[in-house]
Amino acid sequence: MTRRLVRFLDERVGVAPLLRKGLRYVFPDHWSFMVGEIALYAFMILVATGIYLTLFYVPSHEQVVYHGGYGPLQGMEMTKAYQSVLDISFNIPAGLLIRQVHHWAADVFVAAIVLHALRIFFTGAFRKPREINYWIGITMLALALPEGFLGYSLADDLLSGMGLAIAYGVFLSIPVIGGFATFLGFGGELPGAPEFFSRMLVLHVLIIPVAIGALLTVHLMTIMRQHHTQFAGPGRTERNVVGTPMWPGYLLRSLGLLFAVAAVLFLLGGLVQVNPIWEWGPYHVYSGTNGAQPDWYLGWLIGGLRLMFPFEPHIAGYTLVPNPFWGGALFPLVVFGFLYLWPFIERRWITRDHGRHELLDRPRDNPTRTAVGAAVLAWVSIIFVVGSFDRLYLRLDVPYEGQVWFWRFAVIVVPVAIFFITRAVCRELKAGGTHPLRGWSGGVVARTASGGYAVQGEPAAKGDEREVAAHAPDGGNDAGDRA
Amino acid sequence: MSGLRRALTAIGRFAAFVLLFLIGRRRRGRPGRVSDEPPPVPGPHEREVPSGRRAETLVAAMLVVCGLCGGAFVALYFAYDDTQLLGLSLGLAFAALAAALVVAGKAVIPQETYTEEREDFGDEEVREEIESLVHEGGEGLSRRGMLLAAGGVAATGLGAAVVWPVASLGPSVGDRIRKTPWRAGRYLVDAEDRRILVDDLDVGSFMLAFPEGADKELLGSSINIVRLRPQELDLPRERAGWAVEGVVAYSRICTHAGCAVSLFRYPTYERTSSAPALVCPCHYSTFDPRRACKVVFGPAGRPLPQLPLRMDAARHLLAAGGYSGPPGPAYPRVRLQ
Amino acid sequence: MRRRRLLLRGLPALLCTAGAVYGFASAPAPAQPGAGGARAAGSAQAGRRLFLQGCASCHGDDARGIPSKAPSLHGAGAAAADFYLSTGRMPLENPQDQPRKSDPVYDRAQIDDLVAYVGSLGAGPPIPEVRPARGVLSEGLRAFTDSCAGCHQVVGRGGIATSVRVPDLLSASPKTIGEAVRVGPYVMPSFGEKQIDAPTLDSIARYLRYVRHPQDRGGWGIGHIGPIPEGMVTWLLALAALVLAIRFIGERTTE
Repeated sequence: MTRRLVRFLDERVGVAPLLRKGLRYVFPDHWSFMVGEIALYAFMILVATGIYLTLFYVPSHEQVVYHGGYGPLQGMEMTKAYQSVLDISFNIPAGLLIRQVHHWAADVFVAAIVLHALRIFFTGAFRKPREINYWIGITMLALALPEGFLGYSLADDLLSGMGLAIAYGVFLSIPVIGGFATFLGFGGELPGAPEFFSRMLVLHVLIIPVAIGALLTVHLMTIMRQHHTQFAGPGRTERNVVGTPMWPGYLLRSLGLLFAVAAVLFLLGGLVQVNPIWEWGPYHVYSGTNGAQPDWYLGWLIGGLRLMFPFEPHIAGYTLVPNPFWGGALFPLVVFGFLYLWPFIERRWITRDHGRHELLDRPRDNPTRTAVGAAVLAWVSIIFVVGSFDRLYLRLDVPYEGQVWFWRFAVIVVPVAIFFITRAVCRELKAGGTHPLRGWSGGVVARTASGGYAVQGEPAAKGDEREVAAHAPDGGNDAGDRA
Repeated sequence: MSGLRRALTAIGRFAAFVLLFLIGRRRRGRPGRVSDEPPPVPGPHEREVPSGRRAETLVAAMLVVCGLCGGAFVALYFAYDDTQLLGLSLGLAFAALAAALVVAGKAVIPQETYTEEREDFGDEEVREEIESLVHEGGEGLSRRGMLLAAGGVAATGLGAAVVWPVASLGPSVGDRIRKTPWRAGRYLVDAEDRRILVDDLDVGSFMLAFPEGADKELLGSSINIVRLRPQELDLPRERAGWAVEGVVAYSRICTHAGCAVSLFRYPTYERTSSAPALVCPCHYSTFDPRRACKVVFGPAGRPLPQLPLRMDAARHLLAAGGYSGPPGPAYPRVRLQ
Repeated sequence: MRRRRLLLRGLPALLCTAGAVYGFASAPAPAQPGAGGARAAGSAQAGRRLFLQGCASCHGDDARGIPSKAPSLHGAGAAAADFYLSTGRMPLENPQDQPRKSDPVYDRAQIDDLVAYVGSLGAGPPIPEVRPARGVLSEGLRAFTDSCAGCHQVVGRGGIATSVRVPDLLSASPKTIGEAVRVGPYVMPSFGEKQIDAPTLDSIARYLRYVRHPQDRGGWGIGHIGPIPEGMVTWLLALAALVLAIRFIGERTTE
């Protein structure tokens, strides 16, 4: 059977050598290398559930009166778009399950990308020869954010409408091209031209997912070409890759992960309610609700918008840069700019290292990179958390204005402090030589001046130390004693 | 009820069993972790064929569970469309399949550690060959500069032609953003299109209102009217006549990012609480309605535009003119007042 | 059927170890104050005695208020007195604090006496009669969104108005809701009969009774406040579970 299938394919497309190579493709074993796979599988589930939802969704601004399955909205005027999402949730069997799985999958997709990116950053996996793949990954993150935003904006409930209003405000605030670009997108003033929802739908179900899919393919093919990086360890060098081959070990594990992701998403989708659009009611330009929030992956932007000073430079009565630009547009541009430029910055000013790297750094191995990364992460995280301070005030009774004023300054001070603390800790650890949590044995392999590779200063494993200590009273040479 | 509880208990026991099984396997499978010996350097290809009858049974059992849960999903779909039960059955089916595959991957099939040599990218000779191939393509060209310039002209013209249809997507901004339906003499109506009497509002109340006969969804339509005590108003001198017996009107759309300003704070006793304010619930821009909606907190950069009011003989509220400034979120070059 | 639904709702809570998420997301459910209907009027004289003991230190012996401590109660009306006292918002220990919902200090009869006394000081909004059964649910949602959701959140979970906390409305009785709408306690605006008429008020009360247990077709409601608890579930539940899974699947490091 196998032979016949292989022969059939090989005689027609000549795939046997490729297949042989693929089956023996080696994946280095470390759990953190599978975070990206979570994102990959979440994306697959997003596509599958998304196709299902597209078959029922109606992208229309047309006003209708609701007579569907949800009591409190009976007789209300709403758009067809909102009505169709209500119908998916109430009238189509299993529709709500698929919708909730789709939403949770989007949340998990972006979360997994972020975690994956952090792993890549702090282990230096973006270094030569992997810069291009790193940029592709960052680009996919940059595409995932608007993709998710468009997805929940299509529902046209109160929450999503408020989100669109803010997006309108932020786009409008961009200097020079703001008004023009916004009107091209929205087709006019908020709430947009009649064809606005179709435009969002095309972006959401076609243009951005295809772009992500294409980048994903290139991302994976590049990995196949370059192989994974690996952590230093016995037998692992810059010249080889040690681990489980694709067939059969890794394939089964990876498929197991696919279904584990599906299991988590379907259990959440069935048991934990997400974005109950029927509870928010329809959106009108003049409606609002307290405590409105975007989905988590845009929380850093609402934080930026809320934290910003009321700074709006103007000349002779004309506004130059409207305020939403700072928190809503400039802030993400700076963060993504940092992510894109980091490989250059590091090579140019920090490591001056142009060599090829297949072995990963531990975070302490490059204290400056780790410290800069931790500081930027703290900066973004603080602003992210500030976005939900209104709820914090409600729960913990810390006055809102006070919090905002405090963090307007602390958001600069804290990351700077974190930079110095992290750098000091990394240097300390590096000098100490052992892992803070467990002993690490093995050598650091470095490229020698002559171009070869050698193991440098192999630190003693914990076990070895114990052994030495136990034998010390014997007088040193235990072999001699025993003899 | 009790049946379901029994079923859940059974599932829980099963999960615990699986967990214990897996944990037990792991402990036994990796004695080296606690030993004092340094780990062996793996050879180029290590292969260990397990003999796991128990694991095989477990995998088979999981696969059967997966199939049963899948079947349960289909049955539920027809019999009882409940999101929770549907999600539970499909989720457990996936979980069982995942467990089967992982157990198979770790305890049934051969465990291999493979070492592969990395390929060196790049062959200087090939690169040079490519370079010369590219350059040879332009052999015999005498007026390279002229051709390049002409090519640039073609690219610019055609590029512009290809990109230009994008402009049809939206109207030009022009004065649209400043346009509102408010004119002198336009009546104020409530959400149900009834005209509003001054006396409909008590001191300390606020109300969503619209221009009579206009589209409610325009950014320049909706307003908040609030009634304050006439003596606490502190409007600029040129707006002295814009309030009617303490009733003032401001655009409902926040000048920061376009949300609806739907909060109004009016203290019963200001000395022990906070001052009156209109607040936007998106980013908590806070405006003082007594002082022409000056920004007192939050990120908004300019006040909410005010609508001058007057009343007719029957004490109905109507607009005495247009807004004091452009309503809605700011855009570059917007006029402040 | 109903019991089964309840069990299913509870299931994720059992499965979930992140109790903190729930604690953050869901508002506490305090005891329901008895919905007081029309009752025998209290005695203004007895009320005055109680007033002198418990309220006069801030509101003054003549109930005309003491500057920087408390406002005059002449013209405050019966509804205001009943609202503040029966929700435990008054008496207030520190006059600078925001009054909070808590257990009432006085029993029902004492409150009736105090209400009669404050009502006798001058005309104010009377205690409205609110009958949620007469209301229309969708009408309630619409009116609530237009006039109330900006502060109280569209599902009545409360919020903030920059410097003050806005209470959730999960335990408010129809009478309390009606009194708050008419009186405008603390920094809340007041809405007269002409702005929110009696049928609309009934509808709002009906809607607020509904939002205590809205139709959570999707499962565990995680607090009904939108994306914040959703993000917590994403990271603390979903991603944590998946990271545990890959730690197990991918664990074969050479150590």
